[in-house]
Amino acid sequence: MLAKRIIPCLDVKDGQVVKGVQFRNHEIVGDIVPLAKRYASEGADELVFYDITASSDDRVVDKSWVSRVAEVIDIPFCVAGGIKTIEDAKRILEFGADKISINSPALADPSLINRLAEKFGTQCIVIGIDSYFDEATGQHQVKQFTGNEKATVTTKWNTFDWIKEVQSRGAGEIVLNVMNQDGVRCGYDIEQLSQARTICTIPLIASGGAGEMIHFADVFKTADVDGALAASVFHKQIINIGELKSYLKTQQVEIRL
Amino acid sequence: MIVIIDTGCANLSSVRFAIERLSYDVTVSKDPIILQNAQKLFLPGVGTAKEAMSNLVERDLVAQVSKLTQPVLGICLGMQMLAESSEESFGDEKIITTLGLIDGVIEKMDVAPLRLPHMGWNQVTPEANNPLFKNIPAGSYFYFVHSYALPVNKNTIASCDYGKAFSAAVNKDNFYGVQFHPERSGKVGAQLIKNFLEL
Repeated sequence: MLAKRIIPCLDVKDGQVVKGVQFRNHEIVGDIVPLAKRYASEGADELVFYDITASSDDRVVDKSWVSRVAEVIDIPFCVAGGIKTIEDAKRILEFGADKISINSPALADPSLINRLAEKFGTQCIVIGIDSYFDEATGQHQVKQFTGNEKATVTTKWNTFDWIKEVQSRGAGEIVLNVMNQDGVRCGYDIEQLSQARTICTIPLIASGGAGEMIHFADVFKTADVDGALAASVFHKQIINIGELKSYLKTQQVEIRL
Repeated sequence: MIVIIDTGCANLSSVRFAIERLSYDVTVSKDPIILQNAQKLFLPGVGTAKEAMSNLVERDLVAQVSKLTQPVLGICLGMQMLAESSEESFGDEKIITTLGLIDGVIEKMDVAPLRLPHMGWNQVTPEANNPLFKNIPAGSYFYFVHSYALPVNKNTIASCDYGKAFSAAVNKDNFYGVQFHPERSGKVGAQLIKNFLEL
């Protein structure tokens, strides 16, 4: 059976891994390559690298590290950040990334998704969605330029409409990051992810809110996501990936050990 | 000499790094002389069948690859290129004619209510005592990313189940193919590449 994936996310800023709380106050966690290696050896199924500064600063992610990661890592990894053109995408894939993830540029020009899918195949086109639940209106809003708090804007898109839109344009996977939960470690937004699952026919990755091992079991069993992404619980060694996967196995979640 | 056939596709470097991690030297080339003199060759591929075939045609590689007599390992779309044709077409074309070195037609996977692409780690069941799967336990997880697949046929040497069984690995004469990405499949993937290099 296809295994559920555990995906550590490394937010990259100026060539180093950082982590902030709800996208703010970034602190340096460490160098990219040793962290990537550690996660792979602990049993991570995949890695995601987000250059969180790229889109909002209008510059392309510095890519030299992609090749350094590809040299040492024998599991798949995805690179996100500032990929605006076919050429940007091609360069990152040539450096050895397996997938590219598009967020703000897809909102700016949704046809980019079609063009990338036709050129590289849907399987390597991941769409990252930063979703914010606005309690006042009860709406799930898609946010853009979330790498920089000052630049962040609320788009016209409702999260679920945007999920349908990107699927129809050729997205191969969706990472749904619930901003309300990001970095606060009180669990994934099961309700929102379950709702997304009902309309999402491509792989869906949960992001934002992992704090305890039970959160992973809950999101796999209840929201039926294909993978769960987390950052701070792994960086801060609150949860060990190997122990997490053994635990999930005991919870009857299909896992690669 | 070990050669990765330079198809111009995007994952050449990850295949190269995987071979280098096993301490083998490897050359990336589309030079007919280098291809002919290679001991082992890799045919990597990501993207779409249409794009990959037009790359092969543009680089004059169709005849070059077809006449190889040494072991050739197609990876992912590279494996699909070895088949007779592919349904992965765009626009008006109904079907893309591929190299025809392995039996069968690449079909769109029909897996509902499961998700496509088939993305992630899935278990592979090889036939007994196949040298490509030496020291790899049946049921090992390999990394897959694809929406099209080759149905099980007489060239199948390993199968995988997603919705229904499909060819995870094939072999006909000197041509081998794997639908998964051994270069991204951890220890068992490295073992498979090593097995191929030691054939």
